[in-house]
Amino acid sequence: MSTLTATWDWLADPAHWSGDNGVWHRLLQHLLLTVVCLVLSCLIALPVALVLGHLGRGGALAVNISNVGRAVPTFAVLVLLLLTPVGNWGEGPTVVALVLFAVPPLLTNAYVGMREVDRGVVQAARGMGMTGRQLMFHVELPLSLPLLMNGVRIAAVQLVATATIAALAGGGGLGRIITAGFNLASTPQVVAGALLVAVFALLVEGGFEIAERLGPAWARGGR
Amino acid sequence: MTAAPDDCLARNEWICGAYLSSRRGILLDAVVQHLQLTALSVLIGLLIAVPLAVLARRWGWAAGPVLALTTILYTIPSLAMFSLLLPLYGLSATLVVAGLVLYSLTLLVRNLLAGLRAVPEETRQAARGLGYGPIRLLLTVELPLALPAAMAGLRIATVSAVSLVTVGAIVGYGGLGNLVYAGMNTYFKAQVLTASVLCVLIAVAADLLLLGVQRLITPWTRAARG
Repeated sequence: MSTLTATWDWLADPAHWSGDNGVWHRLLQHLLLTVVCLVLSCLIALPVALVLGHLGRGGALAVNISNVGRAVPTFAVLVLLLLTPVGNWGEGPTVVALVLFAVPPLLTNAYVGMREVDRGVVQAARGMGMTGRQLMFHVELPLSLPLLMNGVRIAAVQLVATATIAALAGGGGLGRIITAGFNLASTPQVVAGALLVAVFALLVEGGFEIAERLGPAWARGGR
Repeated sequence: MTAAPDDCLARNEWICGAYLSSRRGILLDAVVQHLQLTALSVLIGLLIAVPLAVLARRWGWAAGPVLALTTILYTIPSLAMFSLLLPLYGLSATLVVAGLVLYSLTLLVRNLLAGLRAVPEETRQAARGLGYGPIRLLLTVELPLALPAAMAGLRIATVSAVSLVTVGAIVGYGGLGNLVYAGMNTYFKAQVLTASVLCVLIAVAADLLLLGVQRLITPWTRAARG
């Protein structure tokens, strides 16, 4: 119980919230890192998945890539990048590693979503004389949106989690509060940092859940 | 004074045969620790997940809370998870195992439950008609039919656990992650690359092994497909 009260004391101390190592600054870094990486990985993964899904090609690659992604330890990739020339670009290694880890779930979910669009609907659209482009943007994309958004949500939560590990390799973000706590042998600080990260990850998950509920009925996943 | 040896270790190259031969003992210890941590946590996870899934299947009201709780656990980042358990277990291997068990629970419970739910009602009724009691029904009909889905979950959980063990380096029990962490601090390229590659190899080997086991214990799925 003493750890809990000590953690509360740590969190209640305004000195821990301000400054370059303070909670607000770390939270902002974490948020910025997550958003930048999510946007970058969407820009890379979604066009590829949509085109592959529309053409129905490269399915094995699109589906298996997320299994491969799971087997590669994030932490190891971060450290590997850190030791290459990329390591000299400041936040470069963190951004590259995070994008590498967000791309697989995005790609797999968007591709599966495109392929699971009812073939009857696709054929009807073709029969009405839609071009490939119209078919992709007006039929397949809207119908695959629930699975695609599910991929974005998985990627976002994974990014929040992985951005924490970035601290182990000297990156910014909330993970730094935890690693600093370990270095100071301060259990309250470690637990406080962990609580902040966990709450942040749950808030992101909850945010997507709410967005999904508020979205139009046809865009809701049937999960 | 002797001149520094001019080998790949001194030049700090990525791929280095001398590293492999001179640090064989360290590498072997790390691999063994990695395997132990992974196997222990997945096994404990399985022992907890099976009763949870069976209970959630039997009493419908329990399914919601069980799934919600395990999903929340999965959302917590691994570094945070290890840190949150710190006051309970201190800096120990138990801490890493406890964290990994909590992660594998989500994947295992979800897949087991999906497998149990996919057992056709007619099959269940046929077994009841043959005079099967609830326990015999569960052990000889429902669980075997849920095996393919359960094995899929087990494979994902194992591969994830292999990669997550590396984060345990923060408390000094990360198997190959320890070597990556130490290599990062000393810019030892060969050590980081070797440990990372070994880690991926372990994940792939574990996945293939479980796939083989799955084929052996569920021969009917192959017959049905072929």
